[in-house]
Amino acid sequence: MESCNSNCCVQCDAEVVAIVDKCGRTECNLIPILHQLQRSMGYVSNEAMEKVAAELGISVAQVHGTATFYSLIYTKPHGKNVIRLCDSPPCHLQGSGAIRDAITKAIGIEPGETTSDGNFTFETVSCMGLCGVAPAIMINDDVYGNLTVDAIPSILEKYFACCCKEGC
Amino acid sequence: MANVNIKINGQDLCVDEGLTVLQAAQQAGIGIPTLCYHADLALDGVCRVCSVEVKGQRALCASCVYPVSEGMEVLTHSPKVRNARKVIVELMLANHPQDCLICARNQNCELQAMARELGVQDVRFTGDRKDIPTDSSSTSVVRDPDKCILCGRCVRTCQDIQSVGALHFSGRGWDTEIVAGLGGDLADAVCVSCGQCINRCPTGALKGNDPSAKIWDAIYDPAKHVIVQTAPAVRASIGEEFGMEPGSRVTRKMVTALRMLGFDKVFDTDFTADLTIMEEGSELIQRVTKGGVLPQITSCSPGWINFIEYYYPELLPHLSSCKSPQQMFGTLTKTYYAEKMGIDPKDIVSVSIMPCVAKKFECDRPEMYSSGYKDVDYVLTTREAAAMMKEAGIDLPSLEDGEYDAPFGITTGAGAIFGNTGGVMEAALRTAYELITGEALDDVNITAVRGTDGIREATIQVGALPVKAAVAHGLATAREVLEGIKSGRYKDYAFIEIMCCPGGCIGGGGQPQPTNEEIRKKRIEGIYAEDGAMELRKSHENPAIKAIYEEFLGEPLSHKSHDLLHTTYTPRSQRTVKSEKPTKVQID
Repeated sequence: MESCNSNCCVQCDAEVVAIVDKCGRTECNLIPILHQLQRSMGYVSNEAMEKVAAELGISVAQVHGTATFYSLIYTKPHGKNVIRLCDSPPCHLQGSGAIRDAITKAIGIEPGETTSDGNFTFETVSCMGLCGVAPAIMINDDVYGNLTVDAIPSILEKYFACCCKEGC
Repeated sequence: MANVNIKINGQDLCVDEGLTVLQAAQQAGIGIPTLCYHADLALDGVCRVCSVEVKGQRALCASCVYPVSEGMEVLTHSPKVRNARKVIVELMLANHPQDCLICARNQNCELQAMARELGVQDVRFTGDRKDIPTDSSSTSVVRDPDKCILCGRCVRTCQDIQSVGALHFSGRGWDTEIVAGLGGDLADAVCVSCGQCINRCPTGALKGNDPSAKIWDAIYDPAKHVIVQTAPAVRASIGEEFGMEPGSRVTRKMVTALRMLGFDKVFDTDFTADLTIMEEGSELIQRVTKGGVLPQITSCSPGWINFIEYYYPELLPHLSSCKSPQQMFGTLTKTYYAEKMGIDPKDIVSVSIMPCVAKKFECDRPEMYSSGYKDVDYVLTTREAAAMMKEAGIDLPSLEDGEYDAPFGITTGAGAIFGNTGGVMEAALRTAYELITGEALDDVNITAVRGTDGIREATIQVGALPVKAAVAHGLATAREVLEGIKSGRYKDYAFIEIMCCPGGCIGGGGQPQPTNEEIRKKRIEGIYAEDGAMELRKSHENPAIKAIYEEFLGEPLSHKSHDLLHTTYTPRSQRTVKSEKPTKVQID
């Protein structure tokens, strides 16, 4: 994991240009560009969308339309750790409702919210293809399946502490 | 093109193989209802109202995008189709405000008409409402997203016809909305205010920003002297609002109607169109003889001005410095006219009736106060002017003819054709030819620059001088021309006319709905007929123009002309977001 040194976010435009150069300056690379931007910036800001539009020669409304269509592209800042809980029928039948309550109890927020310290964003998502281990969640890129209510606190525990070298 | 044999509702038909089922049915006189389909726009097939049964297909097919093929059998109004259409419209209505009685599009709404046509008398579904606030931030276009049915016609219009893309879908599923720019106010988005989206919206989700309440107040305020000017294009279209054929010329009936409404003076923007020719023509001659920036591009279309300010600020020196006829008019009203009539300009309320919603933006520009007051106070669109007439119980078609008031009522055919694409060019050439050569034109109809092709190029022999000229309408074609200027394609051209809207002002965003190529062509014919019927057809022969130069302005491009009739432009940035200093949040 990279450090969250604030100096790395000042040059939004330069970052966009670098990513557009890397992905290719054509409209059909819009989605990879948005993904890369999110990886690098954490989310796709309005400012970044305008710069992407200018670089690709398309309208900012089109960039915004694409970014907002996909639930995995964020156009607003979100928590450092994103917890995604599946609420599709297989997970639901296996008790995802109780898992949701357990997560809310552990971190104090409902789905759709971000903790005030910016550490967690909690969302419900549609099927992640993990029905075999339902109920399931993903935290960032990590998968947790066959969940029980009791397992939640220990899973979340390691995400509470900051793991970057600066210890922020 | 080869033909195919198909069967629609049991009727054998032999049709071109490139047609869609919708087109083939229309040719056979079978009407299929449509909503997301628009003749001016690319096909989309999203609303499904045009669904038909095609033998052998499991599901119903959207006829607007479904191509005909050999042996195809289609049912357009089977029980299954009629039921499906009804359900689709009922589902739309379930989420729709259904406040038709107080909607600007009442009785001119495609959704309303469709519900009636399909016999929908009951909505069996209870839908949710989004309750999104109306966005009236723009001086030109008001958006009411609750009335939007997500057909995407505005999105395609803005992107494909105007190459602006101010509007786009945002989100998905139930959360899908049409938003402007980054989802904020339209006024904060890169929008050129042309209103073409309004013309193609099937419902009341888009409309002009209507100032008529303030105009009523002014008319009934005895302290105010309220004058009105009527744009060239309005005379060949306002009749449509009263059920007349597109292109019906109602110039003089309109004068009577405006007088009945209570305007103190009824003037004609054609007068300042003539004046524009004198100023812009002189400017062109000056640029050619003294080595100014060429080609010179026309500046009377405010949506076009917004476009070049946003997208090609580096080409602004090509623009004529002339104000638009509307704004020249406003300035003269509060200077020359006020002086002549002995009226304090602060008591004058200057109203214009325009085929345009960008004119509303234009009259608010900070550059447009050269009389010391707001030169044009309010802009009414053709639609809004007709609505005021109806509110006053005026039935335009049955009125007697009236005459415009002096001094701004004496006009020429050259002024009238400003309403058509190619009109400013033709008017300018009529005058330039005679002023440069000193000879009379054999035929004032310069047909080389007429027509509706997106870009028209012509070389007109002015005495010994071949003048290369180009005409473009619609901003996507304007963009092509500007790219051509940048690449050197137009380097030996002298004069280019660009109009923001398809067809020119007669296809403007303030014009009667609906719009399509056929309607626009009829309006164009109406305007040329108006020109043909005029006694004077060249701007420089207008005696009132000669008089205003003698009495007030001096000569074209005089110091006074520059102060009052010319303007400057403002480069605009497409970057509207104030730097946010994004917080970097790492997720992996």
